[in-house]
Amino acid sequence: MALTSKEVEHVAWLARLNLSQQEKEIFAAQLGTILEYAGMLNQLDTDGVEPLDHILPVFNVFRADQVEPSAPREEILSNGPLVEEGQYKVPKIL
Amino acid sequence: MELFELTLHELLALHRNNQASAQEITDSVFARIHQVEDKVKAFISLDEENARLKAKAADVEQWSGKIAGIPFGLKDIFCTRGLRTTCASKMLENFIPTYDSTAGARLNEAGGLLVGKLNMDEFAMGSSTEQSAFHATHNPWDLMRVPGGSSGGSAAAVAAGEVPFALGTDTGGSIRQPAAFCGVVGLRPTYGRVSRWGVIAYASSLDQVGVFAKDVEDCALVMNLIAGRDPRDSTSLEIEVPDYTAYLNADIKGMRIACPREYFGQGVDAGIQDAVKKALAKYEEAGAIVEDVSLPHSEYALPAYYLVATAEASANLARFDGVRYGLRDTQADNVVDMFSNSRSQGFGAEVQRRIMLGTYALSSGYYDAYYLKALKVRRLIYEDFQKVFQDYDLVIAPTTPTTAFKIGEQTGDPLTLYMNDILTVPINMAGLPGMSIPCGLLNGLPVGLQLIGKPFDEGTLIKAAYAYEEISGIRHLKPQQGVI
Repeated sequence: MALTSKEVEHVAWLARLNLSQQEKEIFAAQLGTILEYAGMLNQLDTDGVEPLDHILPVFNVFRADQVEPSAPREEILSNGPLVEEGQYKVPKIL
Repeated sequence: MELFELTLHELLALHRNNQASAQEITDSVFARIHQVEDKVKAFISLDEENARLKAKAADVEQWSGKIAGIPFGLKDIFCTRGLRTTCASKMLENFIPTYDSTAGARLNEAGGLLVGKLNMDEFAMGSSTEQSAFHATHNPWDLMRVPGGSSGGSAAAVAAGEVPFALGTDTGGSIRQPAAFCGVVGLRPTYGRVSRWGVIAYASSLDQVGVFAKDVEDCALVMNLIAGRDPRDSTSLEIEVPDYTAYLNADIKGMRIACPREYFGQGVDAGIQDAVKKALAKYEEAGAIVEDVSLPHSEYALPAYYLVATAEASANLARFDGVRYGLRDTQADNVVDMFSNSRSQGFGAEVQRRIMLGTYALSSGYYDAYYLKALKVRRLIYEDFQKVFQDYDLVIAPTTPTTAFKIGEQTGDPLTLYMNDILTVPINMAGLPGMSIPCGLLNGLPVGLQLIGKPFDEGTLIKAAYAYEEISGIRHLKPQQGVI
């Protein structure tokens, strides 16, 4: 069952994607098909089953709180699409 | 025999005995690349000048590292300091990392020479390498066919003799499936065995770095270099790394092999089932015990995987916002449009589709029904394997439901393409090590045999894979057609 155009628009907003009308229609149908397929999981009774996030026997991993040199600022900024006075420049936020 | 045709261990033997210099090996590899690359298109970027400079240095300075003077390739998902790393995306078309991945750095420190960055599906999302934003890669066995994906460039380059070995990543089958399609050895180690630091993330609880090699011995040699704890990746475990070459012996008498009947069901090509059954018969003849078992939740792994993987992807790919790196829409006059426009211009259709799916599965009102449900099913899949591993040393099954399909054949319906991963995703969901080795040909195309092991028991996979090479005589397959 296809998603409604309102649902697709809401998810695109959450994901910060700017979809064209045509893309919205395609995704509505395709996501509907995939979710319908995923619906087969409901055949399984999972009451009382603990969710498994990852398989490792580790949870919190700590290291000594030691200051180490970080990468030079200029190097890091070199990949910035728009940089000014050592800072990333973005459109007005407030 | 030209140098580019040799395996890593053969090259190391020649190099050690001063019968082949690093420069001669590198010359041969680049001559091969220039000969076939316009047909195979395995690479996104080549780093020929640097590789040749390093080869010269390796000879002059007599480098002593374990793979000193040997060329290799990296999937373009591994960050390489000073060398463009694109993840096969327009988003990162001009991204030049300021650091190396740990796995790549370990190969450099061992004296390896990086020759270039290999093609893949964009952000590792795909099963054919057709989702690369730059170009498709062609299967060296039949240039009309895909090499598999997402690490299709790595598999194709090794199969075509363009590099002796390469690294890739495997989130849902992205090493094993292309290895099967291209007739090479592919190992996805246990989650936590190899550092993921400096590897661009797709789905962090499933991603793992692994090896593409021409034979099992090469695979063991490379694992010796990349496995082990890295303080920069808190999920890489402090577990002893064995010498994997110690497992290169073919004595498998009494080895207990489980054959899961769910992996021989509907949708799995009869010819592939037959090839795998024949391989299992060879194991029995060599003294192994092969028994049918059931992994009852297998069919649920694929839908659960696509929910978990895309949910994690939607979070991981949130970092691409046009601010710190990557493509930026410079026209937008407010920051939200800047984010949204940059992302939609930078990401291809499959990446946007998976971000949408994952965002939906995590969104308010659907989280329990989709994401949480998938995590619960994940535990059932994990427990299936745990039960089987109480009685068996490893599981053997087909790697893929079909041999390599034609380019363009599966680009229409996403779900059809996802079905390619049906036999590989359960291993990622359970965090297990998995390996694909060629077990024969079907209509002239390689068939992959999948070996699945207990957590951190890559050694048993290497032993069983090596044994298969010995008893079958199938080792280091080379294309007889396509790119010869």
